[in-house]
Amino acid sequence: MKNYLTFLLRCFRLSFVGDHRYYAWMFLLTVFVLLGINAYCKQLVHGLATTGMTDQVSWGFYIANFTFLVGMAAAAVMLVIPVYIYRNRELHDLVIFGELFAVAAIIMAMLFVTVDLGRPERFHHLLLRFNFPISMLTWDILVLNGYLFLNLHICGYLVYCAYMRRSPSKVFYIPFVFVAIAWAISIHTVTAFLYSGLGGRPFWNSAVVAPRFLASAFAAGPAFLILTLSALKRCTTYEVPAKAFMTLRNTVAVALSISMFLLGCEVFTEFYTDSAHVASARYLFLGLHGRSALVPWIWTAIALNSLAMVLLYLPISRRLPVLQAACAMLIVGIWIEKGMGMIVPAFIPTPLGEIVEYLPTLNETLVTTGIWAAGLLIYTILVRVTVPVLAGRLTYDQTFAAAAERAAPPTGTGTHAERVP
Amino acid sequence: MKDVRIWDGPSSPRPGTEPELTRRSFLRTGAAAMGGMAALAAALSPLRELASDEVPSLGQFLQKHYKEMTPAEMEQALERIRAKVEARYAVRPHLRDVKPMEGVEFVYALNLSRCIGCRKCVHACVAENNQSRSPEVQYIRVIEMPRGTLDVEKGNHHYDRPMVPDADHFYMPVQCHQCANPPCVKVCPVEATWQEPDGITVIDYDWCIGCRYCEAACPYWARRFNFAKPNLPKDQLNPNMSYLSNRPREKGVMEKCHFCLHRTREGRMPACVEICPTGARKFGNVLDPKSEVSEILKTKRVFVLKEEVGTLPRFFYYFDERYPNTLDPEALAIADRLRAEEGDAYGCLPGATGPRKDFVAAATPAWWNGDHA
Repeated sequence: MKNYLTFLLRCFRLSFVGDHRYYAWMFLLTVFVLLGINAYCKQLVHGLATTGMTDQVSWGFYIANFTFLVGMAAAAVMLVIPVYIYRNRELHDLVIFGELFAVAAIIMAMLFVTVDLGRPERFHHLLLRFNFPISMLTWDILVLNGYLFLNLHICGYLVYCAYMRRSPSKVFYIPFVFVAIAWAISIHTVTAFLYSGLGGRPFWNSAVVAPRFLASAFAAGPAFLILTLSALKRCTTYEVPAKAFMTLRNTVAVALSISMFLLGCEVFTEFYTDSAHVASARYLFLGLHGRSALVPWIWTAIALNSLAMVLLYLPISRRLPVLQAACAMLIVGIWIEKGMGMIVPAFIPTPLGEIVEYLPTLNETLVTTGIWAAGLLIYTILVRVTVPVLAGRLTYDQTFAAAAERAAPPTGTGTHAERVP
Repeated sequence: MKDVRIWDGPSSPRPGTEPELTRRSFLRTGAAAMGGMAALAAALSPLRELASDEVPSLGQFLQKHYKEMTPAEMEQALERIRAKVEARYAVRPHLRDVKPMEGVEFVYALNLSRCIGCRKCVHACVAENNQSRSPEVQYIRVIEMPRGTLDVEKGNHHYDRPMVPDADHFYMPVQCHQCANPPCVKVCPVEATWQEPDGITVIDYDWCIGCRYCEAACPYWARRFNFAKPNLPKDQLNPNMSYLSNRPREKGVMEKCHFCLHRTREGRMPACVEICPTGARKFGNVLDPKSEVSEILKTKRVFVLKEEVGTLPRFFYYFDERYPNTLDPEALAIADRLRAEEGDAYGCLPGATGPRKDFVAAATPAWWNGDHA
């Protein structure tokens, strides 16, 4: 127990140590977090009227980001499967970075739901009258919390074992890894069911919502991990195996293709049938009765995703900068498609046929960037303390400084940048 | 495992030297911590504007769910609400918890051949149920529909013509349909909304967490959210109120039509029925075979809106078979008389007319609204 507390304390201290880029990055994130807190306080005082939401479009940016982030969290499993099912040992350490991101993404997703509540101080009502299993929202609360604890347990156990110089006991984590694989699928499926179970919203009331969510998540999540690993490779001496990038690249390419295919299925069914149900899709893709606020968004998303898909299938994306660009494009593309392109149009037109458009306000945007900054802050700290522990630089039997000396002979100090293998 | 180092930049601890606590490092850390605390305090500063009566008291915070309160606890809750209403509106309300009657199931029927689109029901509902005037909250939406369709997307919510009713249109008021299979109740994560034995779906405003899932689930767009603090002038408060219906709401909770249960459970008609100048609106107990609504369900060709979504509404529409192509001449005569009597006020929405988005924006300071209005 004492060892564990020392471990946490050391991790805490380590999170304040870094080079100038680390400080600049953390300072920037902190500024956005504070701006977000400030905006949220304004929202608490004046109500959700500070957002662009109305009775007509009653969910907006917050729920859109929530949906996207649940997918990002689920996508950690796409690293776990190659390692634990296909025994691809080279990626073993990278799994931890994926799962750490799942932790950060779940925390962000939960924050997004919380800021969307009109009465956040009544959160304990969930514990007292939990409408389970009827309300899909209660399922979501259970699976998200379960997934958070699974990932915290798996990463925490592995990292702590590395710190204690013990080899991890399989009984304590392998079963959890397999549970987490199924669980990852479940979190995004349940989130899709939140929407697809509503008969009054034809745009969502489609069986293909869950598969679409999973496919787009399995593209955007690994793409984010490619960017993370690139940053690790660039900013640290951590040697990311080139094979990791290529494995992830294949995953992203296939998942993105499936996602685009499913989008095509949805578009065909809506527009070829051309029933009254097509109104929301028409609003999204073409505009309805002269209102077309979402049209530029969705076509930007489709353009970015298409371009990224082409790049990913060409040999040129074996080069890291191209791969990074493709990943960045598809992350933005999927963020739009799943957020503004999936949540908002279901409300337009309303069930009574009224068309009221939605765009986030400045205050709402600040809260949103604040939560993203908080999530990235958490992820940066988690990665920052995990790297030296996994490398054996920070262990229970060494002092902070001795550990540094052991791993980094004086000749190598200071040459932190561009030591890319 | 490979040896790796990360972020061994100039400011990271030199190998072999435990970072020492010097006066300089102490001052630097202290200054950074102070700066951080000051920035956090500044970020939190808007909370000072939170009105004291908006911060829940301990009693309110610990208040139980409606169905779990003992009669004594309910009386405590009612007394707390009375005191709050009195402090805010300077009126002692006649507040009680009106229970459903035995052997009663309420049903609504609306004769579309007699609705003249005058919106008096909307006004009466707002006045009866203490809805916020700014931002505006209304439970009833009257849609102007072209003849020959029941597709609401072809309707006009913001009709504002000098002549109502228009000869080429009919008028369809929509409010909560009090479904027997309500999707809104199903989705609520905290059971803050439920169906009562008399068929009315109610909300415990003190239990709702404001997630708006029910608003997304409702196929009739019958639910409303308090995006800002409800604003109700003191002299317009209706002091006759009950716990589950028209007591003043707080910011951040849902509300909806409840068939005026504080009236109807005591044998009166809902405000919208009472005000309707043409008698288009009918209300009563469907379990009583002699009631007017039972008679209508037996003799008229009634229909429900969006039958395909399977919600089993308790709100029925019908056209009068005697007048297949026009409104009931009797109703038209009433419309003519009202138009002559009321002038410009006839047929208007309560408060401002125009798109609803403006209502919300008008009630709140402009600075957080981007330029997208």
